[in-house]
This record gives sequence, C-alpha cells and structure tokens, in this order.
Amino acid sequence: MTWLLEPLSHAFMVKALLVSALVGGVCGLLSCYMTLKGWALMGDAVSHAVMPGVVVAYALGLPFSLGAFVFGVGSVAAIGFVKQKSRIKEDTVIGLVFTGFFALGLVLVSKVRSNIDLTHILFGNVLGISGSDIQQTLLISALVITLLLVFRRDLLLFCFDPTHARSIGINTGLLHYMLLSVLSLTAVAGLQTVGVILVVAMLVTPGATAYLLTDRFDRMTLLAIASSVLSSLLGVYVSYWTDSSTAGCIVLAQTALFLLAFLFAPRYGILRAHQPQP
Amino acid sequence: MSLSPAAFAATPRIEVEQLCVDYNGTVALYDASLTLPAGCICGLVGMNGAGKSTLFKALTGFVRPSHGRIRINGSPVLAAQRDQAVAYVPQSEGIDCNFPISVWDVVMMGRYGSMNLLRLPRASDRVAVRDALARVDLLDLAKRPIGALSGGQRKRAFLARAIAQRASVLLLDEPFNGVDVRTEQLMAQLFLQFRQEGRTILISTHDLSHIREFCDLVVLINKTVLAYGDTAEVFTPENLSRTFGGMVPNP
Repeated sequence: MTWLLEPLSHAFMVKALLVSALVGGVCGLLSCYMTLKGWALMGDAVSHAVMPGVVVAYALGLPFSLGAFVFGVGSVAAIGFVKQKSRIKEDTVIGLVFTGFFALGLVLVSKVRSNIDLTHILFGNVLGISGSDIQQTLLISALVITLLLVFRRDLLLFCFDPTHARSIGINTGLLHYMLLSVLSLTAVAGLQTVGVILVVAMLVTPGATAYLLTDRFDRMTLLAIASSVLSSLLGVYVSYWTDSSTAGCIVLAQTALFLLAFLFAPRYGILRAHQPQP
Repeated sequence: MSLSPAAFAATPRIEVEQLCVDYNGTVALYDASLTLPAGCICGLVGMNGAGKSTLFKALTGFVRPSHGRIRINGSPVLAAQRDQAVAYVPQSEGIDCNFPISVWDVVMMGRYGSMNLLRLPRASDRVAVRDALARVDLLDLAKRPIGALSGGQRKRAFLARAIAQRASVLLLDEPFNGVDVRTEQLMAQLFLQFRQEGRTILISTHDLSHIREFCDLVVLINKTVLAYGDTAEVFTPENLSRTFGGMVPNP
C-alpha cells in the first residue's frame, strides 16, 4: 500500500492529484462533444492559440485565464473570418491561424519581462501549481460543468442535426459560440495540467475511447469522464514513482486506455468476439 | 387530384413572396414566389443547384433572404419556429449513422421545442413519441441505436420526429432515395393521412415518377420559381425543358 499512500504525504502531490482529476473530468465531459462534432482540430487550434493570451495577461497582471480566453475565442473568430473571405479550405486556415498565434506567444515569452517558464506553458506544471491557479481552475471547471450539463440535450442535438435544431427555434449560433467558449476555457484549465501541446489529447482521447464502448450518449459521457479521471490519477502516480513527465504520463495513460478499447471493445474492438449484427 | 376551394380560402401554410437569397454575392434564388394551402402534398422539382435546398434553408431559417418575405401559417419564420410549425426531414446521407443515439431519443428531439430549458420529457412528451413511433411502425426498434436501422427505417424515424413535433409544414429532402418498398408504401399512406390532417408536405426530389404518383401540386424551380400549380397542368414538356435545361430525366 505504500505505493498508493506515500505520495499522499506530500501536499503538492495531493494538490496535483485533485487538480488533474478535476481537469480530467471536465475535459472528458467536453471531449464527447468534440469527437461527435468533429472538432478535434479546432481543439488543437484553440489550445495553441491561447498561448499569447497567457503571456499578455501575465504582463498586465490579469488572471491568465482571461487572456487565454480572449485569444482562444479570437483565434476561432480569425479562422471563421479567413475561411469566409478567402477560397482557402478550412483545415489549411486552422493550421495557419493557430501556428501564427502560437508563434506570437513564443516571441512574446522571449521578449516580455516576466517570470513565466516556457516549459510550464508547453508541458504543464501540475506538481507546482499555485493557490491562485487552483482557484481559477475550480472556477473554470464549475462554469464549464454547469454549462455542459444545462445544455447537454441541446448540444447533443446541435452535434447530431443542427438543421432540425434551427428549425424548432433553437439558437444554434449561440450554441456554437458557447461550445467554442467552453473549449477555450477548458483548454486553459488543461494547459496547467498537461500544457499547450498535449491539451488536445485531453480534449479528444477520452471521448474517442468511450465512443468505441457504447451506442448511448449518456453512457459515453460517463465512460469518457471515468477514463479521463482514471488516466489523470494513474498518470500522476506513475510520474511520481518513475520521476518522469507528469503530462506525458497522463496522456500515455489515456492512450493506453484507448488502445485497450480499440482492441477489446465488445462491439467495436478489432478483436471482438462476434461480428456486429448488420 | 385537385384541392377543394375551402383549402385555399384558409390562411396559406406557406407564402413566399419575391424571395432572393445570395451567398456572398452568388445568387442562389431570385424573385421566387409561391403559395401553398393547408393540407396538400407538393413536389419541389429542380436540378442540383437549382435552389431546392436553398428554399428549404430559407423556410427553416438557416439562411436569411436578401430580399422578399416568407410567411408560414401567416407568421414570419422565427415565430413559426417557436410554434414548432416547420419540420425538416433530412436525407439519410446528411446524418451521421454512427452517432450514439437511440431511435427513441431521435424522435424525442422532435419534442425539444415544447420542453423547458433542460429538455426533461414529461408524460405527454413520451406519449407523443410513442404514438409517432407507432404510426411509422418502429415501436419495436425504439431502443436500437439509429445506426442499426436500414435506410428506410431511418427515414421513418425522422418522419416520426416530425410527427412528434406536431409540425404543420413538413419539408422532405429526397425522401424516396434508398428506401425499401415497405417504407415507400408506408410513406404514401402517411402522406395521405398528413394531408387529411391539414398538414402541408413539400417534397424535394428529382424523381418525376414519384411526383406524378404522390403530389397534388408541383413547383418547378431553376434559380427561381418557373411554374407551380396542379401537377397535370404544370408538367408540360416546355416547363420541364426549362427546369432541366433541355435534359428531362425519365419524362
């Protein structure tokens, strides 16, 4: 039992476990909508694009989630604008906009006088997370969970059949921007745990794993949250005992769970016992 | 099949006046006008890109007309949406068949507009869903995931959603594509019942034989409404030639 209990004697480990489990749960919930809506690339874009916002917010002494949120939503607006006004295809636009934002972030980090550690933004710093960062994470998580739960049916319909949603008077434009805002906020929360580069894994993998295990959305949500929280806890423990990158361990745990589902899922695993009924 | 004069006397189900829609300067539809009474089955015929889906998008509020006016049951589109008056039945290809959702839940989505913010179904919503599923003969398959259904069954599930919604205007996008005989017969029966109930059905298709079989009225479009009225009167060689640019499919 020492392997389980010893890390808990360190305050930083308890904090890291709680924060990464919470962020894992929130990301797991959101990942269901990301995978069903086909927004994985958008998640990647937003999580990279928040970087200059973090630097600017630090420089101005604002909460860095605010800066990240502004730049996250700004990147999406930029993507939409360039796509609408030019003949370039969407994936190209996404690729060029988010790398532009990310590059701006890199330049700002190197020029703006601050105590920001670039590696903490890139790869997360959940073991050294500060009290004010925890507060922000709690606030973001509460907001995201509330929005996703209140609008879960509408968001599901929005992913499944936006035309029907529109024709019965549901404001799909509002849902679109709400989901993007939630994505930006969640990217900020995920950034502290696993960093800019790996946040997209948190936003996609749990949903993909759950999607292979069930044909029911409610169950998919629970499975995604469960696999994501489990990966976070497992990852933090493994990183403690092997003294390796926490972000890397968390995402590797998620990838491992995905591979298990990919191989052994009862209906959709490639090694399933029975072919699915046509 | 001609409609009774009384049907024309009441408020029209659909009124479109001089409708123009353009996408960033590309004209999709111009000066399109038509009036459809309550209780009729109307075919919407045109080539790909003639503006059929644009007209549907305008009627469901997905695109804003650059000019002109739409009234549904005498109200603007937004008010008609709030009244749950318009139901759109999609093409099967437009739907992600791997979506983790059951047939029951798809049909329940027809009730969302009449539910509270959390979309928690009441007993009356469940009754409406059960009745709708019974009418399209899918009650046995209610618990199945939508992806486990055949193309025809899936089409019926979306028809059930429109029934559960209690819509008075039904927009059907290529309903006969990839549909089995059983479903086609059932749809024919349902359309007649819908007409009896005073609903108006607009069927977008390029299949002229189905139009002759099912429709009271027909609308020919090619960037605008070329002609509309009783099927027998509108289906003239000249009109069809204008609709299809001289290339009439199976005339």
